[in-house]
Amino acid sequence: MINLQAVRKVFQTKDGEVKAVDTVDLNIKQGEIYGIIGYSGAGKSTLIRILNMLERPTSGTVTIGGKNMSELSSKKLREARQEISMIFQHFNLLWSRTVRENIAFPLEIAGYPKAKIKQRVDELIDLVGLEGRGGSYPSQLSGGQKQRVGIARALANEPKVLLCDEATSALDPKTTDSILDLLVEINQKLDLTIVLITHEMHVIRKICHRVAVMEQGRVVEEGDVLNVFKNPTEPITKDFVKQVTEPEETVDTIKQFISEFPEGRIVQLTFIGGRAGQPLITELIRKYEVDVNILQGKITQTQNGPYGTLFIQIKGTESALARAMEFLNSVQVEVEVIHNA
Amino acid sequence: MLSTWFTNVQWDVLLEATNETLYMSAISVVITFFLGLALGLALFLTSPGNLWGNKFLNSVIAIIVNVFRSIPFIILIILLIPFTRLIVGTMLGAEAALPALIVGAAPFYARMVEIALREINKGVIEAAKSMGATNAQIIFKVLIPESTPALVSGITVTAIALVSYTAMAGVVGAGGLGNLAYMEGYQRDNADVTLISTALILVIVFVIQWIGDRITTALDKR
Ligand SMILES: Nc1ncnc2c1ncn2[C@@H]1O[C@H](COP(=O)(O)OP(=O)(O)O)[C@@H](O)[C@H]1O
Ligand SMILES: [Mg+2]
Repeated sequence: MINLQAVRKVFQTKDGEVKAVDTVDLNIKQGEIYGIIGYSGAGKSTLIRILNMLERPTSGTVTIGGKNMSELSSKKLREARQEISMIFQHFNLLWSRTVRENIAFPLEIAGYPKAKIKQRVDELIDLVGLEGRGGSYPSQLSGGQKQRVGIARALANEPKVLLCDEATSALDPKTTDSILDLLVEINQKLDLTIVLITHEMHVIRKICHRVAVMEQGRVVEEGDVLNVFKNPTEPITKDFVKQVTEPEETVDTIKQFISEFPEGRIVQLTFIGGRAGQPLITELIRKYEVDVNILQGKITQTQNGPYGTLFIQIKGTESALARAMEFLNSVQVEVEVIHNA
Repeated sequence: MLSTWFTNVQWDVLLEATNETLYMSAISVVITFFLGLALGLALFLTSPGNLWGNKFLNSVIAIIVNVFRSIPFIILIILLIPFTRLIVGTMLGAEAALPALIVGAAPFYARMVEIALREINKGVIEAAKSMGATNAQIIFKVLIPESTPALVSGITVTAIALVSYTAMAGVVGAGGLGNLAYMEGYQRDNADVTLISTALILVIVFVIQWIGDRITTALDKR
């Protein structure tokens, strides 16, 4: 659906050249939610803006839906842009227009007749859950509601691709989750390809199928979200993965625990897809006559199944312990014995 | 009662002068609005990094605007005499004041329009572009609507400046309250005429300000 080959963007500034995007190759499939993560200044915004030619690449090719974007005439580019919508960190709504009028804006641009616009706006208001707020002005809405208007507006022309530039970065965690849920919903309902950039691993974890990690204009690591979580190779990726799995204090807490209660075995279970933690622990206790203490852990849901780590203490007779370990090794979790009394 | 205090005031003459002032102000405000808006848009759009970014064109327009904005109005009237003769045919009467009023006020308003347009959130223009808007659509559906409060308050200030310009133009022969105050009031030593002309000009200015403020507030949904 979206293909980038050796895309570069160099800005000429007073202080010399800035390589904002440095030889990036990407392949994004129809219908997937593709995340690009990186710290501020990594070149994410520049990259996503290259997709709809708000920024022209210095070199390289961008193909979307079979069209070579940089070769389109300005008329063809405008048509192509109607199929590639964008939402923004700061929403970028027109303050002079009501919610309805904001959503109608891209339809006016595309030249729809009035009656059709009205009908479509009604549908969109329902879709994003803004019933009853159609007559409000953006200044009367909360951040989350504003982003819902942004999303409705972006969906108005029935686009094939939705680009999200830090769409949740200005929102609180709870609102972020509700907006992310909405993105997943429209991704599934409308089979929309979504490209989103963020600096929060939480966002990637929650909704993305695949992820690219950007650093200094380059994509340093790329792949299925779970695989990247499982085997992060670059230091920056490891940092990002830590954001959502290990609370900072984990290692200390476990060490502390071991020194105080050095009994049984302390085991770290890592869940990657497959089975979730809860049923596994239940089974362990019931079938293998061992005691299990859950010390610490965080298991989160990703688009491809559960992901996270759990630290447990298992106590029992030597033979029970051995059988329990055998069981753990047989299921789809990674088992690491941290301490063995 | 009024006639006992303002013994030298001829009310029909005063009324006519007021009408002339209103007429000159109204016509020049309307034309200044459109001309200044066009010039202000041109200034904004040709500025670097903008829709029609063009350094050369931008400097040319900026120079023209700055030059005409800087010429004192009274001198502008004199400089424009040949031009006014050519298009109006005379140097007397309200019509004769219009070219100088407009040439003086349009660049003044153009700068205010430019400032108003600069205040627009760049992200909104970008959003419109990302939806495939043409430049014309961006101008008429984004730039102008998003800057209306500032455009209205700008034209209010300009209209008030124009009222005072008409008074100056009056002295040179264009009629109106300024002319009345000078010719009938000052030169004939009728202080009451000067006073009442001034009062009427003040009333006009206050009314313009009041209307302008009301419209600005009503339009601003931020
Ligand atoms: N228009 C521009 N002119 C010059 N430098 C720019 C411009 N836009 C972005 N940059 C530079 O490119 C780099 C990447 O910026 P950006 O894409 O905004 O990063 P991110 O979105 O990941 O924070 C930064 O160093 C930034 O200063
Ligand atoms: Mg950015």
